[in-house]
Amino acid sequence: MSEPRGTEPHGAEPVGAWPIGPKPMPRRFHQARWDEPIIFELSQPGSRGVLPPPVEPGILDAVGDPAAALPNSVRRPRSPALPELPQLHVVRHYARLSQENLGVDLNIDVGQGTCTMKYSPKVNDQLVRDPKVADLHPLQDASTVQGILELLWRLERFLQEISGMDRVTLQPGAGSAAIYTNVAMIRAYHASRGDAAVRDEVITTVFSHPSNGACAKTAGYKVITLYPDADGYPELDALKAAVSERTAALLITNPEDTGIFNPRIEEFVRVVREAGGLCSYDQANANGILGITRAREAGFDLCHFNLHKTFSTPHGSGGPGAGACGVTQELAPFLPVPTVELDGDEYRLDHDRPLSVGKIRPWYGIVPNLVRAYAWIMSLGAQGLREVAETAVLNNNYLMQQVLRIRGVSAPYATGRRRIEQVRYSWEELARDTGVHSEDLGIRAADFGTHYWTSHHPWVVPEPMTLEPTESYSRTDLDEYVAILRRVAQEAYDDPEFVRTAPHASTVHRADHGPLDDPERWAVTWRAYRRKTGLDAR
Amino acid sequence: MASPSGRPVRIGLVVNPIAGVGGRVGLKGSDGAEIVARALALGAVPESGARTVRALERLRSEAPAGSVELLAAPGPMGEEPARAAGLPARVVGEIAAGATTAEDTRRIARSMAEREAVDVLLFAGGDGTAADVLAAVGTSVPVIGIPTGVKIHSAAFAVTPEAAGKLAAMAARGARLRVAEAEVLDLDEDAYRRGSVAPRLIGYLRVPQERRLVQARKSPSPAGEALALEAIAADVVEGMEPGRGYILGPGTTVRAVAERLGVPKTLVGVDAVRDGALVVADASEDDLLGFVGDGPAAIVVTPIGGQGFIFGRGNQQIGPAVLRRVGREHVIVVATPWKLASLGGLPLRVDTGDPDIDRSLAGDLRVTTGYGDRAVCRVVA
Amino acid sequence: MASDEEPVGAHPYIPNSGRAVREAMLEAIGASDIEELYADIPPSLRLGRPLDLPAPLRSEAELVRHVEGLLARNTSTREVLSFLGAGCYAHHVPAVCDEVNSRAEFLTAYAGEPYEDHGRFQALFEYASMMGELLEMDVVNVPTYDGFQASATSLRMASRITGRPSVLVAGSIGRDKLSKIRDYLAPDMTVELVRFSPATGELDPEALRAAMTQDVAAVYVESPSYLGVVETRGEDIAGIAHDARALLVAAVDPSTLGVLRPPAEWGADIACGEIQPLGLHQHFGGANGGFIATHDDPRFVMEYPSRLFGITPTTVEGEYGFGDVAYERTSFAIREEGKEWVGTAAALWGITAGVYLALMGPQGMVELGEGMMARTRYAMDRLAEIPGIRLPFAGSHHVKEFAVDLTATGRTVAEVDAALLKRGIFGGKDLSAEFPELGQSALFCVTEVHTKDDLDRLATEMEAVLR
Repeated sequence: MSEPRGTEPHGAEPVGAWPIGPKPMPRRFHQARWDEPIIFELSQPGSRGVLPPPVEPGILDAVGDPAAALPNSVRRPRSPALPELPQLHVVRHYARLSQENLGVDLNIDVGQGTCTMKYSPKVNDQLVRDPKVADLHPLQDASTVQGILELLWRLERFLQEISGMDRVTLQPGAGSAAIYTNVAMIRAYHASRGDAAVRDEVITTVFSHPSNGACAKTAGYKVITLYPDADGYPELDALKAAVSERTAALLITNPEDTGIFNPRIEEFVRVVREAGGLCSYDQANANGILGITRAREAGFDLCHFNLHKTFSTPHGSGGPGAGACGVTQELAPFLPVPTVELDGDEYRLDHDRPLSVGKIRPWYGIVPNLVRAYAWIMSLGAQGLREVAETAVLNNNYLMQQVLRIRGVSAPYATGRRRIEQVRYSWEELARDTGVHSEDLGIRAADFGTHYWTSHHPWVVPEPMTLEPTESYSRTDLDEYVAILRRVAQEAYDDPEFVRTAPHASTVHRADHGPLDDPERWAVTWRAYRRKTGLDAR
Repeated sequence: MASPSGRPVRIGLVVNPIAGVGGRVGLKGSDGAEIVARALALGAVPESGARTVRALERLRSEAPAGSVELLAAPGPMGEEPARAAGLPARVVGEIAAGATTAEDTRRIARSMAEREAVDVLLFAGGDGTAADVLAAVGTSVPVIGIPTGVKIHSAAFAVTPEAAGKLAAMAARGARLRVAEAEVLDLDEDAYRRGSVAPRLIGYLRVPQERRLVQARKSPSPAGEALALEAIAADVVEGMEPGRGYILGPGTTVRAVAERLGVPKTLVGVDAVRDGALVVADASEDDLLGFVGDGPAAIVVTPIGGQGFIFGRGNQQIGPAVLRRVGREHVIVVATPWKLASLGGLPLRVDTGDPDIDRSLAGDLRVTTGYGDRAVCRVVA
Repeated sequence: MASDEEPVGAHPYIPNSGRAVREAMLEAIGASDIEELYADIPPSLRLGRPLDLPAPLRSEAELVRHVEGLLARNTSTREVLSFLGAGCYAHHVPAVCDEVNSRAEFLTAYAGEPYEDHGRFQALFEYASMMGELLEMDVVNVPTYDGFQASATSLRMASRITGRPSVLVAGSIGRDKLSKIRDYLAPDMTVELVRFSPATGELDPEALRAAMTQDVAAVYVESPSYLGVVETRGEDIAGIAHDARALLVAAVDPSTLGVLRPPAEWGADIACGEIQPLGLHQHFGGANGGFIATHDDPRFVMEYPSRLFGITPTTVEGEYGFGDVAYERTSFAIREEGKEWVGTAAALWGITAGVYLALMGPQGMVELGEGMMARTRYAMDRLAEIPGIRLPFAGSHHVKEFAVDLTATGRTVAEVDAALLKRGIFGGKDLSAEFPELGQSALFCVTEVHTKDDLDRLATEMEAVLR
């Protein structure tokens, strides 16, 4: 073979290093940047994407055009101004948009702390596309849906065992909906005892998910929030000061969003129950404690799980998720209808529950996600779930150790102690030194193909970052993520301007948020944008 | 606060060049020519100029070309830092050669606000400078503080010089910035140097608030500071008993309560109301003793000064004798969730001057944070 | 259910579960064993035994076989002729819809920024924009959980906006949705039903006028109604509401908006509904998304508990950026200053509905609506010919659902549906418990997937069953 050639005057070929050099870390990522117009701008009048089946002549002959008989006040006068695209253009447009999105499949998604971004097995996605899941109507006779009813029934029993609770409902649409369902049942319980007027307060903590307070408020309760002590634990004395004969319930996330497990949780429950209140366990962060500790042993009356967190169902860019509520036998009468029951060897739906809180959503639950969760648990079993929990906690503590070596970051609270499922860090030192805020760092991380999440409001931990590795990522994944953080943090010291103006290698550049708060400029739809900017010829 | 489109935003710049000179050499503050001389003799280098330059460089890099008309006080009070940062500036005002004074700061700041009609006043210094600016312009113009001094307590200052420059640039870009009121405290200098601290709340400056970059969330938006204040006020007013007197401490959170009642509020002082009507305005301790002598009473206060003090900072008129009369169970503490979060887990504090009263106030307390919302906070003496 | 034995090697879903990696990582963090990491959990709280779960199916082949074995005991609507609707609909789901919502980037993403996750922001902005055209309204939310939630939240929004505690709800509302609304509006708000005309099935404007008070925040009407009837007096209803300074909340089925006038044009202040008909499979009732739409009035915008995505410029000219509109909601409704709550809801379905609308385009939606009306009218006419069968609202307009009264046949709906089932047909939903005033009535649903043969077969089989 000829030896490598040098530069030649015409048609020069590039000569690269041989062997090909090592890849730098962090990698030289660049996200797809299609500069894709809004779909309306792609419209070509007369194009069709898909054709509905035509009405057959036999029907037309028999009935004519019933739409023509609609009164003018009811008939749509003009067709809606939807875009018109040929099918391939629709496919291409959305394929391009999807490339401008990440997802667990693409990035080391340990940054979305408290979301439990674990791998959603593809086999489960495939199972739910089966017409025997996807094309079932909820009102079909029970005899025609024994398979799905059995699956739901079995999944309920799995979650009963995992939580220790007596009954489970799979109806809630997601985590916050599950919290609301628990609150509705709490309300119904106290009402059944004539206590509704007296017990009008709910207690929660500032590191629990904000939906605990918000759902309680929506249901009509006053909310008392406990702030942490200097070590990040909610204080028992503060709880005692908050509890009274007005206490309806304690709603608490444990471990909390900081990753800290409250070791006195049993006492917390006892104090509230002694005062006649109920205790509801927000198990959004259950991933690190599966098979290790349960709601039942801590004395809780209710609990909930997020199936799109702990139980692997995909997050769907913001839903659908799925929620599950567990309750003790005492609260079972209040469960939403219908419940899934087994009579002999026939499964059925029971709507005849007079004390039920009623319907919290249409039908029975986010069934495709329930099928996925079922399959996931079946593929792991008791030993597997234990491995999930232990590995998630090991990953979390390993990640914490690596992250804390980065200049400018700290992990407030419980210093020197291990964490469970996530860690809330603070970039306060870096922010003070460089003027770069936590959100800026998170956005610069996009230039390396990942991101992170700060914290719920209010930010008790300043300049926060919350990471949750789960069990799905390997040691090399975690090392790579740390390398990205280290790089971004170093850039904040060396060239803060560059970090503050990120992203530079992403789908678009830094947005100007000014119009979003200005009623005269904000535009939630393309038609509003065209109208307000005067681009609209209408 | 944004200027009409087309016209550059007019920014006034007033720098206290010796602010903070004492800190590095262990002297507290820099008020008083004697302190300054001692500090300089000890080898202190004034830092405020350098920090101002940092702020201005940020302003220059972020503001679009031609969007800023910079008016600078003469020499080290603005003109020199502006030149060092590469920002053209028109010089406003005159100073005598040699050391500048607080009076220079006040005079030039007032001139910028009144005669030059700046859109925003950018100033550099410490709490003392903030007090000077307050005296000069009050709330007539929004201000942005570049922190340089050693005893920075006031929320009128941005968290770093760069943050101050960034805020000024946002104003220059015509961003709609929410303007909030920030406490201005001053310490009794002699008392402070003797080692005891007794800050006075002397007023409020209007300060633009940066909209923090909103991270994509799965959780609801916070209701917003303005709404939180209304909610707190609604809760407190709804709970007011007929015939009971309410002592209203200083601060914007308590002012919201007064607004809901429709009574005027002394922002930096204490007022007393009963049955929805104002009984005493800007009350002294004696006034309050008389007020609580007339019948049952309660007290509404909010943490002042960034250290979480609910008594003993800025509201010393509510003295121990008043507190003894009213009793702990009728103390209503109000604070927004963000205020509590900004205390970063620190407890609330009391320093009434009477250790027994302080002890009686210590322990877990319910703080009103919204309508039907309470937080349980630890109070320490 | 027994537990399994110790597995060998790492599990495919748990990269660090292999023994060697574990030990190396424990060593790296200076822990002697995993137990140390759980030090904060007191012994009294430890389960202390393995969970009692079935032996795991660690191989994919076993897992698939097991789940498919369970599912085999289901009969899907592809295998029989189904006329079930009542809020969950069998429309054709274009292949491109399934293609887009199975793309990993959309399926496995969550809450990233509008930079690395720019795609989902644009896709949802486009969904909202297309819904805006369908509804002729400028503000549409990122989808909430489902149509029930959309209705309930719309009513709470109306209460916050007007400061009033009561709502008047059209009496033909489905009882499940009513149950949800009652629960969600408690304890601050009251719900009163307003009768519908027994002849037309439409809301009775005179009954509405009689029920109206100064406490009413909103009138709630659905078109088509749960019973399939198109409201023709929408403008009158809007007038009655507005005269009392109440709002009109209208729940609509988006698949009908190619042929029906959007509620904004007959006076609705808030439009809401369910997006399942737009490209989502039935999923045993497990695929839903709720939309809430209003005009671009800050008083209304500020009351949305959902996220609203807006378009905004970036530092590069011509680039489209996105972000949250009105992030800090403000309101004078102090009691609910938390604006209910926001959680993980139905984004992927919103994206799917956008794809559906883009594929269908204006002409497709018109053909869909007109086609359903024709098929539904044909089915109604064929069934009406059968002795004993009466259509209670025969003179009203229907799009895709209609009630069939079997009372005169002497048979119950349950009996008839059971008989139809034996003949491979899923008959209409039994309304006799929800609407006893309609006797033994059933709700039949006809969409664009039904052919003339299907409808003829329904009539033939129905006649045979009733003979």
